[in-house]
Amino acid sequence: MRNPLKLQSKEKPKKTPIQEGYNFAYLDEGTKRMIRRTILKAIAIPGHQVPFGSREMPLPLGWGTGGIQITASLIGPDDVLKVIDQGADDTTNAVSIKKLFIKTTGVSITEKTEQATLIQTRHRIPETPLREGQVIIFQVPIPEPLRFLEPRETETRKIHALADYGLMYVKLYEDIATHGRIATAFMYPVLVHHRYIASPSPIPRFDNPKMDRMPALQLFGAGREKRIYAIPPYTTVKSLDFEDHPFEVERWDQECALCGSKESYLDEIIKDDLGGRLFVCSDTDYCQKRRERAKKGVSSEVVDIEALRMRKGDETR
Amino acid sequence: MEIRLQAVDIHKTFILHLQGGKRLNVLKRVDLTVEAGECVALTGPSGIGKSTFLKILYGNYKPDSGRVLIYHLGQWINTVEAEPYQILDIRRSTIGYVSQFLRVIPRVPAIEIVMEPLQRLGLSVQECRVRAEELLRRLNLSESLWTVSPTTFSGGEQQRVNLARSLIYPYSILLLDEPTASLDEKNRAIVVQLIQEAKRRGTAVVGVFHDRTVREALATRYFNLSMEESG
Amino acid sequence: MTHLKEPLLKVMGVTKYFGDRVGCRDISFELWPGEVLGIVGESGSGKTTLLNTLSFHLEPTRGTILYWMEEEGPVNVGQLPESKKRHLMRTEWGMVRQNPREGLRMRVSAGANIGERLMAIGVRHYGRIRAEVQRWLERVEIDTDRANDLPETFSGGMLQRLQIARNLVSRPRLVFMDEPTGGLDVSVQARLLDLLRALVAELHLSLIIVTHDLGVVRLLSHRLLVMRQGEIVESGLTDQVLDDPHHPYTQLLVSSVIQA
Repeated sequence: MRNPLKLQSKEKPKKTPIQEGYNFAYLDEGTKRMIRRTILKAIAIPGHQVPFGSREMPLPLGWGTGGIQITASLIGPDDVLKVIDQGADDTTNAVSIKKLFIKTTGVSITEKTEQATLIQTRHRIPETPLREGQVIIFQVPIPEPLRFLEPRETETRKIHALADYGLMYVKLYEDIATHGRIATAFMYPVLVHHRYIASPSPIPRFDNPKMDRMPALQLFGAGREKRIYAIPPYTTVKSLDFEDHPFEVERWDQECALCGSKESYLDEIIKDDLGGRLFVCSDTDYCQKRRERAKKGVSSEVVDIEALRMRKGDETR
Repeated sequence: MEIRLQAVDIHKTFILHLQGGKRLNVLKRVDLTVEAGECVALTGPSGIGKSTFLKILYGNYKPDSGRVLIYHLGQWINTVEAEPYQILDIRRSTIGYVSQFLRVIPRVPAIEIVMEPLQRLGLSVQECRVRAEELLRRLNLSESLWTVSPTTFSGGEQQRVNLARSLIYPYSILLLDEPTASLDEKNRAIVVQLIQEAKRRGTAVVGVFHDRTVREALATRYFNLSMEESG
Repeated sequence: MTHLKEPLLKVMGVTKYFGDRVGCRDISFELWPGEVLGIVGESGSGKTTLLNTLSFHLEPTRGTILYWMEEEGPVNVGQLPESKKRHLMRTEWGMVRQNPREGLRMRVSAGANIGERLMAIGVRHYGRIRAEVQRWLERVEIDTDRANDLPETFSGGMLQRLQIARNLVSRPRLVFMDEPTGGLDVSVQARLLDLLRALVAELHLSLIIVTHDLGVVRLLSHRLLVMRQGEIVESGLTDQVLDDPHHPYTQLLVSSVIQA
């Protein structure tokens, strides 16, 4: 994919040579073409799940193979790749995926959201707003938002085809009846372009509003379930709710212990064996940028935040 | 006087398939016309088909041939050929029937059984209740029984509920099968009175009256089924 | 019963084959608004097949079913597009199954079960849905405190009443019922039948009830179809068919009933 963002040359990170014996980006060209066709079809029908021939990848199913296949089909030598997992660039999975692409494409890697042309993510949308020309690729475990209510694939396909979505609202009704409000914390279903109900992938509901009329292209890959779906730029995305129980995002009383942000999604980190805890931004790049801007530096707590984050990332796997 | 009911050339044979197809010829070429205000008493020996004939008039039994013409809401309808909903309609607002045995709908209190014919025509619950109570009082049915289901009533009590149900609404045709059979003398007299009032209103009555005093008090005409049969 | 000049349902020559085996054959009748039709017969008579075919849970092999829709008038149901058929089935039609577990979502609350049809037709106000849930629970005599309970905690009779409420919430005009009192204790049956009688009168419902229980049809239905080996052998006014049965099979059925 050519680089439409026209990065400044002084910002351009370095490339590495490709490992011998592999095709560029691991997949063969035929497969890439097939996946790109699928992506085009998905873009033409926003929110509709398109089946595709998911390939064997060098990591097990359930670890992001869908997202990786999409990235592999789109990536070109001039692309700049960012991979995050739960908002962080340096967790085990994000690092492994980046290693795969470095080995097979030699492309530049970045942690800065605004520099990336392709962003592969699991469980979060970056806090930094995305721009036209960027592509964000979501890893999706269960693409079907109705799966837990209706186990039959034959039936869910009909439901989508006929836009027969009463069942989805039954789930929301049940939440309100049981908890007094819609309790779904993540993977909160959305209505795409006034037509298809889709799963936004397991991102927190906090991130749902970012999807609405996003200038970047949003692609969703489920390798195990063999489905791809897409939300083209500037598409309306509305989180489902009831007239008298409108959609709301999470709020924290605390602010980020590192950068002081009151607007970002915060992770709770246990800092010692006495149960002491900190709240820090889940989006590491965002947090870093804020700290640099404020020249605030690290908090006065004598704690290795990065080590804690690595440990947390491993534990949630 | 206006004709209310016409039975034309009624034939009825029961074929008992469970008894090897045994045939019971009960009615043959029966013709009867009844005018408003008349009371026709069906006569003939027991088993001749008096009850059967009444049931055919009500649409409860189906004759093998012939017509039963009922004047209903300004039209003549042949109930032998009519759609079920038409017959039900006729039973709702034109013909009343007092059977020999009350088939009891369980769990419904007596007062509601009596109210029902008026209620389903749209009258208010209040009004229906008042009229039902009036009738039951007149028929000497103890007030303590009004809220109880008739399943446990004596024959006479059940019969009075049955009668009240058929008299609460001014049907233009009334079919009565032994209406006083289980009643004592006092109540019999009351029932006779009520039926006289119905006749004066213009109701056409066809009945089987075993009791001679009742028969002589009510009948304007006799109709002997045994003579008809031989025709 | 006030009559429109037009029937609600017109069934013409409906036939259902399973391969070579006859399910039901050449079934024709009309059903009027507010009318309760009983279909009786023994096991294997084809009555359940007929019910499923009429309600389009099975595709008929032959025949036409016309239904007079509230707004549009008579439509050939077999020729409706899938989306319209599904819409019909959850608004103007209802289906009450013999086993209520098949007609309910057992893993969502009683209230969700009742509210589903409303949500399916686009009601998006939780408060309104909740109000309807309360109203219908009361109407079928289920304690409104149980609105958030799962159906798994309900007795057989309650499940059946819940199934009925789930169907009635959309104010259907025609409800298909398959042995609605099957498997219930006698006293529970009685209560259910009383409820159905009251609802039919109140809501001017048309019902098509399949049952082998003549007591049920005597109590509820205006008309009767007697089925044997896939065909109608006798039909007419309920009391007439039961009191003056003509067909040998009908006579057998009626005489076989043990009077309490």
